[in-house]
Amino acid sequence: MAFDKMELRDIEVWDGNFAAAQAMRQAQIDVVAAYPITPSTPIVEGYAKFLADGYVEGEFVMVESEHAAMSGCIGAAAAGGRVATATSSQGFALMVETLYQSSGMRLPIVLNVVNRALAAPLNVNGDHSDMYLGRDSGWIQLDAYSPQEAYDLNFIAFKVSEDHDVRLPCMVHQDGFMTSHTAQGVKTFTDDVAYGFVGEYKPMNDMLDLDHPVTHGVQTEEDWHFEHKARQHNDLMTKVMPKIQEVFDAFEELSGRKYNIVEKYDMDDADVAVVCMGTSVETAREVAKEMRADGIKAGVVGIRVLRPYPFAEIIEALKDIKAIAALDRSSPNGAPGMLFNELAGALFNTDSKAALSGYVYGLGGRDLTKAHLVDLYKELQANADAGKVLTPLQQFIGVRGPKLAYL
Amino acid sequence: MLEIRWHSRAGQGAVTGAKGLADVVSTTGKEVQAFAFYGSAKRGAAMTAYNRVDDKPIMNHEKFMHPDYVLVIDPALVYTADITAHDTDETVYIITTHMNTEDLVASQPKLEGKKIHTVDCIKIAQETIGKPIPNTPMLGALMKISEMYEIDFFKDSMIRVLSKLPQKIVDANMVAIQRAYDEVQ
Repeated sequence: MAFDKMELRDIEVWDGNFAAAQAMRQAQIDVVAAYPITPSTPIVEGYAKFLADGYVEGEFVMVESEHAAMSGCIGAAAAGGRVATATSSQGFALMVETLYQSSGMRLPIVLNVVNRALAAPLNVNGDHSDMYLGRDSGWIQLDAYSPQEAYDLNFIAFKVSEDHDVRLPCMVHQDGFMTSHTAQGVKTFTDDVAYGFVGEYKPMNDMLDLDHPVTHGVQTEEDWHFEHKARQHNDLMTKVMPKIQEVFDAFEELSGRKYNIVEKYDMDDADVAVVCMGTSVETAREVAKEMRADGIKAGVVGIRVLRPYPFAEIIEALKDIKAIAALDRSSPNGAPGMLFNELAGALFNTDSKAALSGYVYGLGGRDLTKAHLVDLYKELQANADAGKVLTPLQQFIGVRGPKLAYL
Repeated sequence: MLEIRWHSRAGQGAVTGAKGLADVVSTTGKEVQAFAFYGSAKRGAAMTAYNRVDDKPIMNHEKFMHPDYVLVIDPALVYTADITAHDTDETVYIITTHMNTEDLVASQPKLEGKKIHTVDCIKIAQETIGKPIPNTPMLGALMKISEMYEIDFFKDSMIRVLSKLPQKIVDANMVAIQRAYDEVQ
């Protein structure tokens, strides 16, 4: 191989951005087309530096916008290369049109999304607005709660996305600043082990295979559009989850680190549970343990795979729970939160009698403190004791001013 | 769990200092976390950075903390930033200033009765590194006050952390760390 290998310590102290950049280097991506935006910039900056320093054999394409960045990725992926990039927030919003193109064209691109609020008002800090914006785009969405997971999930993303039964692009999400700029210990792979896991890229229907000409990005109109969309949906509903599970299993065998489609913490005997994503899962895990000293059997459910939506796994995780809080870090703008709706949708036709309440929190990076979560668990215990939700169904956590509650 | 809060101005190296400290602590088998709150994200603006150290994996991602140590690397922040926020009776302060501890406390009465140490990291950095970047000397002072590690082990570790810098700058940082270790009151 015409590039240098990098010596890493077994544990490096990396922030989430650098962990993702290192994973992109070790996966030996052919093309990165990128446009910088806070807080994801250091990912593509890191990749560009690795490339300039001779640690990667690939191409870095500088473009004039995020729309062009994803367009460049689409072209390179259709040509037959391993492709990845990164973005956040406004950049992600500008990419949306091309996100649907890449998934509809069945191109396995990995997009690191460092979650950040959407303006207005302008805000560079972490919430899940951009992640939520992507959830109907036909991409697979994996969520990391720490720098270690941002590193690990990148390898998993390539392996799932590039599988010839899947061929769907994959986002790896991490929380802006709370993960992307937070340095923690990351257990590393050697370059050979990492590349060995991801494997050599095997293109399918690539345009540069001149012996087998194909057309990408066709117009279908009424006679074929629906069939294409139905097939894409079918593959997301039936092929992706088994593949993710298979790759999680292989990853555990390699690293000892176990990932689950839905993560359950202290759920075996739990009466009350908080369901959330990102760094909040870890903070809630710590609080749940502390609540048990106060006699509250608290658990945490973390959504690891947001799309495809883990309908069956959610039902299983929450089947014996008496009171559930759905925590949404994105303004639903005139509706219940996404997690509230999707948990309700999963549990409605089951025997669950759980009291389900929704909470909007942490917008624009507002701190979710342990004290907030202690209060939340106490509220859930009261709901569990009463056998119904004693508060309005939608409340806000951590916003100043008069208490906001709806529904 | 050991918790440290840095008060700095953007550009003075608090984030690099916090991450450098985390890197060194991690090599001793402990779990670490280093992060910052950038506020208005402009060079010169007041900002805070944070370290957590523990024997078990660190799950807590809240910015809120009751700090064990408060490290102030810009002298004026003693008067303009809320450096005593959420402190406890046990919180130890190490403050960059040209004053001695007595005069500093007299100039900022809210520090009265607290555990205050002083060292002039700005002057040390200017005289050794040639720039007013007071982050590494503050770590030297922290090693003295906290007795976290032997100073020679710490300096050897920092040589590795700073290894991407020119040798002359690394050497100057080592002198700065040692001076702050020796001079902190």
